[in-house]
Amino acid sequence: MWESFGFEFINFYFIPGLVLGCIYALGAIGITLTFGILRFANFSHGEIMMTSSYLTWEFIMIFTSLGILAHPLIGAIPASICAILLALFVDRFFYKPFRNAPTIMIVIASFGMMLIIRSMVQVIWGPNQLTFVKGIAKPNEYIRDLTASFDFMLLIPNKHFSILIGTVLIMLLFNYLLSSTKIGKGMRAVSDNPDLAKVSGIDVENIIKATWIVGGFCAAAAGVFLAMDTQFIESTMGFRMLLPMFAAAILGGIGRPFGAVAGGLIIGLAEELSAYPWFGDGPVISPGYKSGVAFSIMVLMLIIKPSGLFKGKVF
Amino acid sequence: MLQNRILAVENLFAGYGETEILHDINIEVAGHEIVSIIGPNGAGKSTVMKAILGILNINRGSIFLESKQITGVKPSDVVKLGVGYVPQTDNVFVSLTVQENLEMGAWTLRSGLEKKFDEMYTLFPDLSDKRFQAAGQLSGGQRQMVAMAKALMLDAKILLLDEPTAGLSPKFRHEIFSTIQRINESGMPILMVEQNAKQALQISHRGYVLVDGSNRHTGTGTGLSSDPEVARMFLGSRGSV
Repeated sequence: MWESFGFEFINFYFIPGLVLGCIYALGAIGITLTFGILRFANFSHGEIMMTSSYLTWEFIMIFTSLGILAHPLIGAIPASICAILLALFVDRFFYKPFRNAPTIMIVIASFGMMLIIRSMVQVIWGPNQLTFVKGIAKPNEYIRDLTASFDFMLLIPNKHFSILIGTVLIMLLFNYLLSSTKIGKGMRAVSDNPDLAKVSGIDVENIIKATWIVGGFCAAAAGVFLAMDTQFIESTMGFRMLLPMFAAAILGGIGRPFGAVAGGLIIGLAEELSAYPWFGDGPVISPGYKSGVAFSIMVLMLIIKPSGLFKGKVF
Repeated sequence: MLQNRILAVENLFAGYGETEILHDINIEVAGHEIVSIIGPNGAGKSTVMKAILGILNINRGSIFLESKQITGVKPSDVVKLGVGYVPQTDNVFVSLTVQENLEMGAWTLRSGLEKKFDEMYTLFPDLSDKRFQAAGQLSGGQRQMVAMAKALMLDAKILLLDEPTAGLSPKFRHEIFSTIQRINESGMPILMVEQNAKQALQISHRGYVLVDGSNRHTGTGTGLSSDPEVARMFLGSRGSV
């Protein structure tokens, strides 16, 4: 059973699907938070992801020139701080002026911001792909040998292992933030009912700042994880992620962060598993149509249950 | 001017954008009182509340909390200054637990949160064993209690209730009115807008009758409910509007 089916399925479809799902989940958290708290679809979210992967690359270069051999996750620390500052800066000068304007204005502003950020990255780092990590990612030998001794050989490269563990840690932190801290409860309250939040004395502007910090951090993590996974970075990588991330947010229910996580995992797995040869020899759906799978799930969900799996908002 | 005046609305003209709804409104609440604002639909009762909260445009006139002008102050600051407000609908955070709702009401409270929780559970014993339940799962009457408790968390100087019994069954209506009296007896002045005019006037020290955005009658609660003109206009033959 394991030889004929499980080995290939788990190692070449399921684990990569899970990894992709983690990346979507982290990105979708930011999208669903901004949607829930600021009530707009933030098109520039993918660019925060992309920028943070470029910044990580830059910090690794700086560390290397200083003679320090740095892992991408080390470079990701200063990069995520920069990404958060970028998110706060963009909000202060480009979104805050539209706070009381019709939603469509701020959506268009975020679309403009998407183009501005991408162009800036192209000006600084050039329009071509950059290699993020060199070489071929070999499976972790320890996990391979350990699982092989149980006739259950798992081939997990270190990069996938880091992404899975990193995502779980961020989720635990995020869960703690939302359920046990005052600012997290405030975020849930504003997302639940912004008008009531204002007349309850909640400082909504501070909540909005916290939202950008959390969303920016998760986007930075998603960007770096994506770069670690694909091993290259390019200026359109954020935009490519945007549709599946929106699909994940809608699938889980707008304004429901844990719905977005579930949605992200489902979309990631669905995209990878759709290429599995379920019938016959060839993939059921050619891998080239992967993003079509995410799109189909999003459209189906909007038709069947617009509030998503976790009873999100319907606009 | 009333003695021990907590809240005063003086010669207020206000509305939404260009549309003026309130014309020359005068309302006062003293330190120990329950004051009701009654009147037909569209008289501008809830609009008075929103004007006090700073939610809408004030064209002329002023609003005082004790001796402090609060005209044009933004809602979150009005609340911090000591005006507890319970909106008519959507007045609890449905996805948060009862206790989290109370905590949100105490946003600017620096310390003594636990003590405040205890106070509220004593005042609203029904909520005590529901504290970790989502507010959205509670009945209408219990939600109303959560909303009131939430508004009382910040040592409010006055409590504003916008139609606290709207949509409730007679049994719950009675319960809410007696809760309001209990809150008032603990020393909290209350200004409320009510559709159930007769019951509201029965527990009120004074009342204001609003028609078309202007003051029409003013008097004591019992005085107004026995006034033949008020009875004919709003209380109806069945005793409620």
